[in-house]
Parts: sequence; structure tokens; C-alpha cells
Amino acid sequence: MSLTTDLSQAKSRASQRTKARAKSGSENTPSGEARPSRRNRKRRERLFQWLFLVPAVTYMALFFGYPVVKNIVMSFQDYTTATFFTGEAPWVGLANYAKVLSSSLFSTSLVNTALFTLGSILGQFVIGLALAIFFQRKFPLNGILRSLLLLPWLLPLIVSSAVWRWILDKDSGALNRFLGELHIVNTGVPWLTSTSLALIAVVGVNIWIGIPFNLTILYGGLQEIPDELYEAGSLDGATGWKAFRHITWPMLRPVVSVVLVLGVVYTLKVLDIILGLTNGGPANSTQTIATQSYDLSFHEFKFGEGAALGNVLVVISLVFAVLYLRASRRSVDE
Amino acid sequence: MTAPGRKQWGYTVLAIFFLAIMLFPVYWMINASLQPNGTTLETSWLPLKPDFTGYATAISEQGGNLVTSLVISLGSVVLSLAIAAPAAYALAYFKVKGAGVVLFAILISQMIPGIVVANALYTAYNDLGLLNSIPGLILADSAHGIPFAILIIRAFMNGMPASVIEAARVDGAGHLRAFWSIVVPLSRNSLITAGLFTFLFTWSDFLFALTLTTTETVRPVTLGIFQYIGAYVNDWSSVMATAVLASIPAIILLVAAQKYIAAGTTGGAVK
Repeated sequence: MSLTTDLSQAKSRASQRTKARAKSGSENTPSGEARPSRRNRKRRERLFQWLFLVPAVTYMALFFGYPVVKNIVMSFQDYTTATFFTGEAPWVGLANYAKVLSSSLFSTSLVNTALFTLGSILGQFVIGLALAIFFQRKFPLNGILRSLLLLPWLLPLIVSSAVWRWILDKDSGALNRFLGELHIVNTGVPWLTSTSLALIAVVGVNIWIGIPFNLTILYGGLQEIPDELYEAGSLDGATGWKAFRHITWPMLRPVVSVVLVLGVVYTLKVLDIILGLTNGGPANSTQTIATQSYDLSFHEFKFGEGAALGNVLVVISLVFAVLYLRASRRSVDE
Repeated sequence: MTAPGRKQWGYTVLAIFFLAIMLFPVYWMINASLQPNGTTLETSWLPLKPDFTGYATAISEQGGNLVTSLVISLGSVVLSLAIAAPAAYALAYFKVKGAGVVLFAILISQMIPGIVVANALYTAYNDLGLLNSIPGLILADSAHGIPFAILIIRAFMNGMPASVIEAARVDGAGHLRAFWSIVVPLSRNSLITAGLFTFLFTWSDFLFALTLTTTETVRPVTLGIFQYIGAYVNDWSSVMATAVLASIPAIILLVAAQKYIAAGTTGGAVK
């Protein structure tokens, strides 16, 4: 289900249509002899067809195209609150980028972003895949239980953040009480308020949020693998782990690459969970590029610097987007 | 089909165990929302004496925000479908020049971080006087819904037999007529799916609520919750009651639109 398949489908349907028209012969004239009125009608037809697209194209231009361009322009300007009053945003060249990239906070954010993304993706994927394989078995209530597992993914992220903030609370949180009752810990663990634990806690919550997505997509991918392959495999003695390594994994690869790259692109821009759980703290230990960009623009009102950092995030995302497009094209070709 | 054996039920038990772990936070949210507020430091594991003061506080303090979220979400559904459905039709059915470019733009748009959009929109909204306004938020929030809706509806329309539309066209219906009286009714299910997801996206939006509102005049419930937890919290039962109320659309989507979700998930994800 990707761009390329759909386009080729559309093309083949269109050619069928012209063929059908040619057969009926009603309005078919060799293209060389097309009369002007016919050409006009064709042009009008084209225009009508475009009118269906115009609202969407306009919207996309205003709410995606414009922001991207505006961010690029702003990143070269000294754009602050003063700009709103004076209307002036002097050009500063690469100063915003230089300032943002050389600040010590940037390296912290970059490392945190990498750890947050890597940790989240790894956890979501492994647990999601394990659950997807588990739910491939036939057992009563399978469908209902599997769909109930979607709930963490459908909840508003800020709701999940609020609930987890309460569960991870140092003094009265459910997790510490549970661990305390099991005598695993004696004093409350400061999950969200310790600089060494906060990032781990935030990653843990993000894993929880991402499991249903991974489970659903991977489960769909597993369903596509024909049973005969496993039957043939079992004759050759490939069961259990062997069957997974030699049949499941190679067959699932295209879906895996799509899940992973989409996961990366989505995780890179996560803001809700971090702001809701820790607000980037304590002492910037959960600050990522996305949260830092938000801080620069909307707390310090340095919109130019915020835009510069936002663009850095866009570039990182685009690298993965290219990987994604290549992956999804390959998955179609295979 | 034979009756499930003991081994199969064993898997069911195991699955319920996994589910219990995964859904514990949801249970805890509901449990905490039913506890008496205030002084007790420790929430009991079970809501043996359910108490609804948390909900009373939540509704009196956040009721207006819930209504604001509802209005914005409904507005966004209407706007998104009105824009996405014709576009999806054009992309699925016509051989429009540049369709590939439009699809590519939609794909790429999904990768643009919201903070980049918010950063630029804030300054533009400030100039246009759209900050702290419901139309402003509807327009911005549709940025989640429109690209997604186009992809979902188009995927469905791709499978629609061209002959049906052609028949209508031969009978003399214009493009608009054919679209409105043939294509839209036939695509009802995909429109519902796209609409439900758009509602959920907008309802869950936090970033635009956070950046494009600066006063209390227009305040979606997500921002209300954020402010609850941003201050020192001593009344978790009210916060959790608000969280439960804010989760209702997700629960409705899960129950009512069960069969559409799988299609939506894969359609939206493996774009």
C-alpha cells in the first residue's frame, strides 16, 4: 500500500478506461485529427478535475508549505517579541544556527534525542513483535483482547502523560508502592525527578505508548505470510526459532523497515509526552531537540533560534524520510 | 471448528495477563478518579467506596474546556472531510497531471515536526488575529486530519469500480453531481473512518493548543490537563477524572469503530 502501487494501479485503470472507450468507438478520434472544440472540452474537463484538488492543495500550501518556508526565512532573522511591535526582524545570516548548534545544551539535546528515539523504537518494536507473534496463535477471545490492547495508543498523549506522572510519583505513585510492597525498594525512587532516571522513565512511557502501533502493523504483516511456507518449513524441520529466522523474519522485513523508519520519524518529533512528564527537566536531562526548539520559541521568545533548531530537526527527519521512501518502494518491488 | 482445548484457554489466560499489565495505567486512571480527593496520600488499589467528587470538580473546572475541545474537533472533522474527500476522489479516479507531486507532498508533510508548523503559525496568527480563536485552532488542527483523511479515503476509492461513475457520467451527470450522489454515498465507510480519526487527532491535539492559545478564552481540555499537572498536584482524583473524561472519544472509537480501526491503522501508517 504505497505511493508506487497506487500510482501504477491508477495508470492501469486509466488505460483500461481509454481502451473501453476505444472499443465503444463513440467519441474516439485519432489524436492527430482532434478538433479544436474537442480540445477545448478536454481542457475544461482538466480544469474541473483540478478544482477537486484545489482546496487540498491550497490547504497543504498554507499549513505545511508556508510554515516550512517561513521557518527557513525566520532562521536567518533576529526574530523576537520585539518584532511583533516594530515589525522589524533584522537579517543575521547564520548567527542563529551558530548560536544554537554551539550551545552546550544542543549536544545534551542531541544525545537525549538519540537515546530517546533509539530506546523507544527498540522497546516498542521488540515487545510489539513478540506480542504480534503471540497473538498469531488461535485462542478464544483473541480478537477482543488484541483490540483492547490498542487503547494506550488511542488515548490523548497528554492523558497518558498525566496518568504516568501520577504512577511514577516518588512519594505516592503506584509503581513505588508496588515495588515497596514487594520489598524491592525501601525508599521512593525519584523516577521523574532524578537526572539519571528521568530519561529512562520517559523512554519507558513512550515504549508503552508505541507498543500497540507496532503490534498492529506487525500483526498485519505476519498475517500476509502464507501458511504453506510454515508447512513446508516444518517438513524440513524448521520450527520455533528456526522457522522465525528463516521464514518469518525474511518475509516480514519490508513491513519491519516501514515500521522502524515511521517510528523514528514520529519519535523524533515527540513533544507531548516529555512536556507532560518532565517538561524537559530535571536540569535538562530529558530535553530533546523538539522540546528545546519549543522552549526557545515559546518561552524565551527567540523565534529565529527556535526556527533554526526546528530546521535541524526537519533535516534529521528528512534523512529518515528518504530511507522510508526507499524502504517502502523496495517493499513493493519485492 | 473444534471446541478450544485447554492449551488454547491457557493462551487466553496469558493474553489477559499481558493485557492487564498494558492496561494497568488505564485502570489506575479510573481507579484514582473514583477515590475521595484531598487529604489521603495513598490511593487504595481498588475503588471500594467510589466517590464522584473528582468528577464534580473536573466538570466544574474543565467542563468549558471539554466543550471547547468538542467544538474544535467537530469543526475540524467537517473541514477535513470537505477538503479531503474531493481531493481523494481526484487522486484516485482522475489522471490529473501533478497527482504524484500532491501525493508526495502529503507523504512528506507527515514528517514535518509540529513544532516547526507551530513556530511559523504563531507569528502568522499573531498578525492575522487568529490566536486564541476557535477557527484558528480548527484550521491548524486539520493539519493532522487532512493528509491522513486523503490517504484513507483515496485508498478506499481506488477500489471503487470506475464503471459506476462512468455510468453516471454517461447519463449526463456533471462531475459535482457524480461525486456528490454516487461517490460520496459509496465511500461512506471510509469517510466515517477518516472522520473518526480526525476527531481523535484534533481532540488529542496538545501542541497547537499549547502554542496558539495564550489566554483562557479558548482552552482545549488537553491544555487544561497540562496546566493541572504543571502546578503542584494535590488533587489527583480531579485530574484523573478529567483524564477519564478526555479519554471518552478514544474509548468510543475503540468500541464503535472496531472494524474500521485496523484499516485506519494500516492505511494511515503504511502510507
